[in-house]
Amino acid sequence: MNKWVIEAKNLRKTFAWTPVVDGVSCCIGTGEVIGLFGPNGAGKTTCLRLLATLLRPSAGTLRLFGDEPYRPSVRRRLGFLGHDSFLYADLTPTENLIFYGRAYEVSDLKERIDLTLEQLGLRDWRNTPVRAFSRGMEQRLALARALLHDPDLLLLDEPYTGLDARGVATLQATLGRAKEQQKTIVLTTHDFALGLPLCDRAVILQGGRIAWQSDDRPPPVPEFIELYHAVTQPSALSPQPSS
Amino acid sequence: MWPLLWKDLHLELRTKERVSSLFVLAVLIVLVFVFALSPEQAQRPEVGAALLWVTLLFAGMLSLQRAFLIEQERGCFFALLLCPFEPGTLFLAKLLGNVVSLLLVEVVVTPLTLLLLGVSWSPSLLLLPLVLLLGIIGFSALGTLFAAIAVRTRAREVLLPVLLLPLLVPLLIAAVNVTSALLAGSPWPGAWLRVLLAFDVIFVVTGWLIFAQVVRE
Repeated sequence: MNKWVIEAKNLRKTFAWTPVVDGVSCCIGTGEVIGLFGPNGAGKTTCLRLLATLLRPSAGTLRLFGDEPYRPSVRRRLGFLGHDSFLYADLTPTENLIFYGRAYEVSDLKERIDLTLEQLGLRDWRNTPVRAFSRGMEQRLALARALLHDPDLLLLDEPYTGLDARGVATLQATLGRAKEQQKTIVLTTHDFALGLPLCDRAVILQGGRIAWQSDDRPPPVPEFIELYHAVTQPSALSPQPSS
Repeated sequence: MWPLLWKDLHLELRTKERVSSLFVLAVLIVLVFVFALSPEQAQRPEVGAALLWVTLLFAGMLSLQRAFLIEQERGCFFALLLCPFEPGTLFLAKLLGNVVSLLLVEVVVTPLTLLLLGVSWSPSLLLLPLVLLLGIIGFSALGTLFAAIAVRTRAREVLLPVLLLPLLVPLLIAAVNVTSALLAGSPWPGAWLRVLLAFDVIFVVTGWLIFAQVVRE
């Protein structure tokens, strides 16, 4: 049995001949939590979209769970939280989750929806159309949508965006539970203090390339911030003149 | 496919945006034509047939755009691509939703048009629902394919008719000819009906097969 959940080799993605992800390779195993860090435009979101099969790589190969990644059986095991919530604004949380639950053929859907809404603190809002939600509430519901079918691989693009202190605590608890259940998580965030302690490994992207990665747990936050600034400063990747 | 239809039905029942706008547009087109035509012109079968299909064409364009616009808000279209079903299933669901919406419109608009144009009763009119259904299926099959492309572009309102209308010409010629023959009480217009049927089969099957390539990058 293949031990890697994600096997990416030389992934490259270009938009209008401009490389946004350029030769990214990584192997991520079951139960690992990987943090993708990097400045704006480093290619974090494109990387996650490639892993989520929403984009096809311009070059390179990707395998998920040891299989071809575009199969429905593989997509069933993915949970993706992106910049957009993927929620229908005119439907209530319950209706949104019923739709996604049926699409993913979730068993015991009603109980699962009740549990997920309870865990994310949205039980009292279950029958309110999403259009009336604040950004943070919509983000929590988007997380509920991503978790509803109990995916084995969670891809989270800046999951802390718009969350208040209670929302952040709920998200941390949810991610902690997912980690205990040996779910594989790949997340991007600019919030080192929240994201880094969860990570088993960290990757810093710069200009679409892996500029630095840790082989095991990343250093504490203050050291990591220093490292991050050193790696991502504009001169760090530019060719050095030979002496 | 059923979760997609259930979701679209719920959204329509909640907002009532799609069917209500189709009704208003279709009735307005019929009224404009009826007022513009003289009674003699209005009773010509080819005029009645043209009016029915022009109404359906414009209402259909609106319906197709609405079907995919609801998926654009908050990125829901990407969520559909992530769901563990084949994109062909998404095509069939959108096709079926569009067919049902247009049939609902036609249930009201066709009798209204025939009444306002003063079309006299003949047994051949019993075949009209079948012709409308075949035309709507063909239109929706090709339209769903192109609406999925157009909706992801900035010029979606322009792009959809530009892409779709030239390819609809065979369907429209066949549909208008069959409808015209039925309104005139002519005998069974078999040849054009076979063209309609062939168009439906070709584009439903093609759409189902290539929708994955259309919607994926």
